Amino acid sequence: MEKHQLQYETVRFNLNGRDVERTVDVRASLTDMLRNDFRMTSVKKGCEVGECGACTVLIDGETFNSCIYLAVWAQGKHIRTLEGVLGPDGQLSDVQQAFVEEAAIQCGFCTPGFVLTAEEILETGQEYTDEQLRKLLSGHLCRCTGYENILRAVKKAMYRRLGKEPPQ
Amino acid sequence: MSKQVGENAVRVDAYDKVTGRAKYTDDLCDRGALVVKVCHSTIAHGFVKAIDTSEAEAVPGVVKVLTCFDVPDIEFPTAGHPWSTDPAHQDVADRKLLNRHVRYYGDDVAVVIAEDEVAAAQALRAIRVEYEELPFVLDAQEAMREGAPQIQERYKNNILAHSDVRRGNYETARQEPGLIKVEGWYDTPTVQHCHIENHGCFAYKEAGRVVVVSSTQIPHIVRRVVAQALGLPWGKVRIIKPYIGGGFGNKQDALYEPLCAWCSTQVGGRLVKLECSREETFVSNRVRHAIRTHIISYVRPDGTLVARKLEAFSNQGAYASHGHGVVAKGMNAFPQLYPCPNVECDSWTVYTNRPAAGAMRGYGIPQAMFAGESHIDDICKAIGMSPLEFRRKNLMPVGYVDGFSKNELYSDSFNQCMDKGMELLDYQRKYQAYQNQTGPVRRGVGLAVFWYNTAVWPISLESSSCRMVLNQDGSLQFQTGETEIGQGCDTAYSQMVADAVGIPLSDVHVVSTQDTDVTPFGTGAYASRQTYIGGFSIAQTAQALRERILNIAHEQTRMPVSNLDLVDGQIVRKSDGRILKSLGDLATESLYSLESSRHITAETTAQIKSNAYSFGCSFAEVEVDIPMCRVKLLRLVNVHDCGRLINPALAEAQVHGGMSMAIGYGLSEELKFDPKTGRVLNDNLLDYKLSTFLDHPALEAAFVENPEPTSPYGTKALGEPPACSPAPAIRNAILNATGVAIDSCPITPHILYRKFREAGLIQE
Repeated sequence: MEKHQLQYETVRFNLNGRDVERTVDVRASLTDMLRNDFRMTSVKKGCEVGECGACTVLIDGETFNSCIYLAVWAQGKHIRTLEGVLGPDGQLSDVQQAFVEEAAIQCGFCTPGFVLTAEEILETGQEYTDEQLRKLLSGHLCRCTGYENILRAVKKAMYRRLGKEPPQ
Repeated sequence: MSKQVGENAVRVDAYDKVTGRAKYTDDLCDRGALVVKVCHSTIAHGFVKAIDTSEAEAVPGVVKVLTCFDVPDIEFPTAGHPWSTDPAHQDVADRKLLNRHVRYYGDDVAVVIAEDEVAAAQALRAIRVEYEELPFVLDAQEAMREGAPQIQERYKNNILAHSDVRRGNYETARQEPGLIKVEGWYDTPTVQHCHIENHGCFAYKEAGRVVVVSSTQIPHIVRRVVAQALGLPWGKVRIIKPYIGGGFGNKQDALYEPLCAWCSTQVGGRLVKLECSREETFVSNRVRHAIRTHIISYVRPDGTLVARKLEAFSNQGAYASHGHGVVAKGMNAFPQLYPCPNVECDSWTVYTNRPAAGAMRGYGIPQAMFAGESHIDDICKAIGMSPLEFRRKNLMPVGYVDGFSKNELYSDSFNQCMDKGMELLDYQRKYQAYQNQTGPVRRGVGLAVFWYNTAVWPISLESSSCRMVLNQDGSLQFQTGETEIGQGCDTAYSQMVADAVGIPLSDVHVVSTQDTDVTPFGTGAYASRQTYIGGFSIAQTAQALRERILNIAHEQTRMPVSNLDLVDGQIVRKSDGRILKSLGDLATESLYSLESSRHITAETTAQIKSNAYSFGCSFAEVEVDIPMCRVKLLRLVNVHDCGRLINPALAEAQVHGGMSMAIGYGLSEELKFDPKTGRVLNDNLLDYKLSTFLDHPALEAAFVENPEPTSPYGTKALGEPPACSPAPAIRNAILNATGVAIDSCPITPHILYRKFREAGLIQE
């Protein structure tokens, strides 16, 4: 019988603009560390094998499924969860505002991941077609919305950022 | 006065959800909880002879290992149905907390309770189970045969239930000369709900009672089931339901709450949590019934239905759960949707060694519509009539009343919905244009309607309770037993409350969490009942609250009640429209009065002895690549008459979600079983083909609004109906494109290859 050997490492990183450190089990996923040690409960668990996208976080500006990213790999990284997207006085980001306006939220469980990927997409400052947006967002599963209003919300935020009217 | 009902109010939970602050079950669990993991059977059928737990118990961090030999000798029901005080109408009790008689691959045989996840997982692997293996059966009709494996001891030939419908005389009527016989067999798959939040719960004891916090649609029902399963008085159990990440019927069942509660009682009432993995959600929760339907129709050449026969075989899986109600609902729709004087229907619900089937969005109607609406187009093809014309001629006419439910079709919903859908898709022109295509890539359009009825009266109780408590500032909290599961009922209810009481929407605070200690009784989210049923208790409770408020206003202003009104949070004198005082001033004065201090509340129960038809249709346009055996869905339009829309934007969103689920049902989703072991082969979101962002065209939802006369808000079912008709519409579009009638879903390349070969469209 294998022994339940514990191995710990201290990991230092920046979480939502704040330098932090924690000593974690080397086997822990980033999802586990963010949820359990930092109580970032916007990071959701839907499959824990990188299929559903609910646990998405931004690592140095790039989206990752945190469930298949080891906590110790966070060393030296800048990690942003949905908690870090909100303004200091609780203001919604333009993406969040568009999700609210377009009724793109139902049960809300996939929402944090979608918002973060949308933030990453819009960060590029590019204009995308519907097909391109669908592809860029396809790493997230949603069972409530049929994706329709999520697409509308991301498009709305995109055109607002670009200062353009959406094409009819 | 501003009216909220009918407006696109922003969801009351939108801010909390879009910021990730909304708390779901696992977000609320203390990190010190013990972890429960379930040991699932690795055979599809047999008996547990012995379980060796010694190695598992030796894993550091393991607190306890419990097996099917330790559980109370109590069989309990799990279905999320209202309890019946008549034993003949109670749900079937056919499982224990852990089962010695293992009935599917993935059944629950033991649990580990450990200090952390790792210890629990290691101990789970160290449990040694010795089985006496028995033959298993996965198909419903095979399970009915003599000599098939006996799955539940009390049910001969594995038949959980059979029911029938008889109208006129089928055998005599079908002898009429000149009739055209159309016959088909239609198969629908075992699929899973795939809410993104897996089911999970945690339990602890407090003041001698068991508390369970759970991701459930039905907290009050789960309280009863946990008590039954543990042999406790019902008042010894308390269930708390926070926000949940989708349910779609899977969580309309007591899932692991009884086992989790029991585990807590086995470790001195310590906090324990049981979270399902995605793999467990696929196999060891609930699935949709796979139903095989046989339909024979005898039709005159002019499209008159003369005699019809239906046989439906519903695959129940290992445990009764929702049982026969599912296929029975579909069967009962059959003679209503296309009334015919001579009808013979039989349906069987049959135990097999598949995972237990329960409720899932549509409750038997997606299966029945796939079979029934596919068959209608098969009739049309046989007699050379257009699918639209045939439906216009034969669908339930306005004024039709169902003898049992007393439901009435008050409006011309079917024709109005079809007219709208047809126009949106340009159906008629395309239907003609797509006839007789040649070439490898062809297009087609298809139509299917659906039958649905709201809520469960008169089969079961329909009752809803509501409580309203006025605050000092004139705002109020309200609670109902009906649950927010993502569909938006908290918002729809808030709009109703604002109008019914006469206060601004911003002064309405919904208590979203149900806690059976404090939330008034209600049976929860299912049967697309929330807005319809909840509307009654909201309207009634608002009336009671208004009466109290106006009586106090009379005491405070000396104006007669008959001359007082409450409008937009103000007490108004009707005769001259003068505002006498704000509701806030009234409430503050009432609460702090040194003469007669009163807090102002109202609470009532509404029992609902009505029900409402909710109808609509789908129009699909597809492109079929014949050599590649691929279907591309180009457009999908759903049109619904769900009565008056309470919140059009949320209604539209709800329809999108149902359409999406139905696209998966029609084209890609299916749990696959290993014929050698009975194991589910694709118990994950990679191999189970849930629709992704790339698998959909733009989803188009439209409405026809005929206010439902039995509802105080003119509303009726919308939650489940969107999932009912897209799959057959897609199937019928493929028929229009290729002339090939598909007889099963999901319509995968494998199915198309077989059917296209049979039709000579492709060669080896």
